[in-house]
Amino acid sequence: MRLEKCWFCSSTIYPGHGIQFVRNDAKIFRFCRSKCHKNFKMKRNPRKVKWTKAYRRLHGKDMTQDSTFEFERKRNRPERYDRNLAENTLKAIKKIDKVRVDREARHHALRMKGKKAKEQKEAQKELEQHIHLLKAPAVLQEDPSLTLPKIKVKVSQQQSEENQAMEE
Amino acid sequence: MVQYNFKKITVVPPGKDFIDIILSRTQRQTPTVVHKGYAISRLRQFYMRKVKYTQQNFHEKLSTIIEEFPRLDDIHPFYGDLLHVLYNKDHYKLALGQVNTARNLISKIAKDYVKLLKYGDSLYRCKSLKVAALGRMCTVIKRIGPSLAYLEQIRQHMARLPSIDPNTRTVLICGYPNVGKSSFINKITRADVDVQPYAFTTKSLFVGHTDYKYLRYQVIDTPGILDRPFEDRNIIEMCSITALAHLRAAVLFFLDVSGSCGYSIAQQAALFHSIKSLFMNKPLIIVCNKTDLQPLEGISEEDMKLVMEMKAEAMKTVLGQGGEPTNDEGVLLTMSTLTEDGVIAVKNAACERLLNQRVEIKMKSKKINDCLNRFHVALPKPRDQKERPPCIPQAVMEARAKEAAEKEKRKTEKDIENENGGAGVYSASLKKHYILSNEEWKEDIMPEILDGHNVADFIDPDILLRLEELEREEGLRQAVEEDDDFEMDGKELTSEEQEALAEIRKKKSLLIQQHRIKKSTAESRPIVPRKFDKNKEFTTKRMGRQLSVLGLDPSLAINRARSRSLSRKGRKRERSPAYDGGDAMDVDVDTPKKKLRARSRSLSLSRSRSRPPSEVTPGEGFKDSAQKVKAIKLGKKSVKMRNKDARRGEADRVIPSLKPKHLFSGKRSIGKTQRR
Repeated sequence: MRLEKCWFCSSTIYPGHGIQFVRNDAKIFRFCRSKCHKNFKMKRNPRKVKWTKAYRRLHGKDMTQDSTFEFERKRNRPERYDRNLAENTLKAIKKIDKVRVDREARHHALRMKGKKAKEQKEAQKELEQHIHLLKAPAVLQEDPSLTLPKIKVKVSQQQSEENQAMEE
Repeated sequence: MVQYNFKKITVVPPGKDFIDIILSRTQRQTPTVVHKGYAISRLRQFYMRKVKYTQQNFHEKLSTIIEEFPRLDDIHPFYGDLLHVLYNKDHYKLALGQVNTARNLISKIAKDYVKLLKYGDSLYRCKSLKVAALGRMCTVIKRIGPSLAYLEQIRQHMARLPSIDPNTRTVLICGYPNVGKSSFINKITRADVDVQPYAFTTKSLFVGHTDYKYLRYQVIDTPGILDRPFEDRNIIEMCSITALAHLRAAVLFFLDVSGSCGYSIAQQAALFHSIKSLFMNKPLIIVCNKTDLQPLEGISEEDMKLVMEMKAEAMKTVLGQGGEPTNDEGVLLTMSTLTEDGVIAVKNAACERLLNQRVEIKMKSKKINDCLNRFHVALPKPRDQKERPPCIPQAVMEARAKEAAEKEKRKTEKDIENENGGAGVYSASLKKHYILSNEEWKEDIMPEILDGHNVADFIDPDILLRLEELEREEGLRQAVEEDDDFEMDGKELTSEEQEALAEIRKKKSLLIQQHRIKKSTAESRPIVPRKFDKNKEFTTKRMGRQLSVLGLDPSLAINRARSRSLSRKGRKRERSPAYDGGDAMDVDVDTPKKKLRARSRSLSLSRSRSRPPSEVTPGEGFKDSAQKVKAIKLGKKSVKMRNKDARRGEADRVIPSLKPKHLFSGKRSIGKTQRR
C-alpha cells in the first residue's frame, strides 16, 4: 500500500480515493478527486491554476528547496527488515515533519515580512488625504485633533415664519 | 485388415424407397425445363443426361452395398463360419449376387437407351424413351426388393455382433446349459450377461474383458451345448461350436458337480468326450462349479471316475505342449460363483496357461528372431572367480540414509495445517522462514503509512546521522533568527486615528455603493438638471446637515441658498385663475403686513395645491404637456389586459379547425382571387 500524489494538485491520495488514468503511452495520472480530474480533462495547466501546489511552488508562495525533502525519496530496493531501523525511522519521520513545518512557517513569515509597515504607511496616507470626508479643512485648522464633529440640527428661519403664520 | 466391427455398413434402403430416392435426386440435380422449340441436339442431350445420371446413381449405390458387405471367404474363418451359422452362406451370397446382376442390368439398359436417344427426332420421342429407360431401371430394382430387405436385416444383426478379435488372448467358456458360465463372466469382467434359472438364457456369444499381468484378455461366454449329434444342433449351439473351433483360446469346460443344472455328471462327461476333438492344441481347464452345493470330494465314485477321465484328457493337452508333465494343478479346479470361492484362481490359471502357450508358440515362430534382441540382457563373461559387487562411495550411502530418515521425520506445511484444524481454521504464517538478524523480529508488523508519508520512502541505514545533522542545522538557524526577528513597529495608529480611519472607509464605501447604484440605473433615468429636482434631494436642510457633520456652520450657506432660490425670485408658473386676482389686486400698500401675508399666503397656498395630471412640473423631464399626456397614455396602455383570443395562455397554439368550411367552400365568382 502506498500513498500517491495527485498529479494536478499534489495532495496525497489515500487508498480508496480518486481515479487513476493510464494514457496510451503508459503514463499514469493519479487524481485525488474529480475536481482535479475534470481540470485535467479540460487540459488546464496546473502551473497556472492558483490553488495547486505546482503554482505555489513556481511562484514562490511555498518552500521549494529544502534538505527535509531529501529524506523522503522513493527507494526501489527493498531493505531487509530491522526492528531498530524501523523504530528509528518512525521517530525520525515525526521529527523531520516538525522541522519541515517550522521551516515552511518561517518561509511564510519571511514572505509576509514587509506587510505590516506597508499597511501602516497606507493607512497613514489615507488618513491624511481623506480626512476631509469627516472634518472640513477649515475646522481642522482650528482644531487639529481628530475628534469628529457632532451633527448640529439648526432650527431654520422658514419654520419660525410658518409658526408665525399659523399663530395668526 | 477389416476391424471386426460390422457397424460401419451403410443402410440398405428397401426397394421402393431406393427408387424414390434415386428418381427424386435425378429430378433435382438435372435441369428440368425444356421446350419443344429447342434445337434437337439440345433436346437429346437433355434426356440423355437424365438417363445417364439415373444409371450412375443406381450404380453407385448398388456398388457400395456390394463392397461393404463382407465377403465370407475373405474374412477370418471364425467370422466366416459365424456368419454362415447365423445367416446361411448360400443365401447371403445369392442376395449379393442378385444385387450385382441388377447393377449390370441397369448399366445395360442405360447404354441401350442412350444409343436410341441419339436418334430421337422430336421432344415427345425423346421424352418417351427416357421414361421407358427409367421405368425399366426401376422395375429391376423392384424385382430385387426382397433381397434388399434380407440384406438390411442381416446388416442390422451384424451390427449387433460382439466385436471379438480372433487374434488376441481369449478365454472361452463352454459347457452344458445352466452350469454357471454367464455368472462366471459376470464375476471376472464388467460384462452384464443375463443369468436366469432356465436353460438357453444366453443365446449368442458375449464378450467381456479382464486383466492379468498387465495384459488384456477377452473372455467369451458361449450358449450352452447339448449332447447331440453334430447335424442336429441348432443355430445357437452352432455359435458355440464355431467359437470353439476357430478361436485359439484357453478353454474352460464348466462342470456342474451338484447337478442343479438338470443334467448329471455322466451326461456332461459324455458331452466332453464328444467335443474333445475341438480342444486340440488349446490349454484346457476343467472347472467344477457350484461347489457350495456339492463339494467335489462328496460326489459318488462313478462320477469321480468320470471326472478323473476328463482330467486325464486335459492333462494330455498340457503334455502335448511340451510343458511340465508334473504340473497338474492348473487342470482341474473347483469354484463357486455364488460364494466367489476360487473364481480368481480359475481366471489366473486360465490366463497363465494361455500366456505360456502363446509365448512358446511365439518363441518357435520365425518372428522371434526380430525381437529376440529386445529381451536379452548381455552379461560379460566372467574371466575369474573374483566377486565384483557395485561400488558406492561412503558419502553417498550416508547421504542416502540421512535423506531417507529426514523424509520420514520432516513435517510438511500441509500436515501442520491439518493438525491445527484444516484449511479454513489455520492460516500458515508466511513469515516463518524469514532470514533476519534477530529471530524475534519475525512476526513484527511494520506500519507502511505514517502521518501521510510512506514509511518505506524514509528508510535509510544512516537516517539517524542525517537527522542529527538536520537538527543541528535547525538549532543554528533558530539562534540566528532570534537575533534579527523583530520588525519595526514604528508608526502605529492611535485609537482615535483608527476610529477616524474606520469612519473614512465607511464613508468611502457608501459613496461607492451609491455611485454603483446610480451607474446601473443611469440608462433608464432621465437626465434632468438639478433645479428640477423632483425628489427634493437638494434641499437646504440636507445641505445644512451635511455641513454640520463636517463641523462647519451652515447658516450662512443656507441663507445664501435661500436668497438665490427660485421661489423667492418668482417662479415661471402658469397662473391659475382663482388666485390671479389675489395677486394682482394686492395693491394695498399701507398694509405691508398684509402684503407680506398675502404673499406668504399665496406662497403657502401655491405649495399645497394639487395639480391637474397633464400639467408639467419642471422636475419631471417633459418638454410640454402634450408630451406628458402621451407618456401617460402609453403607460396606461401597457398595463391593459390583452385579449386572450380564446386561448388558455400565450403558449396555446391550438387551431380549432384548420380548414373552416365557410372559407373553403363556394364557387369563385367575380372578385379578387389571390390564390389559385
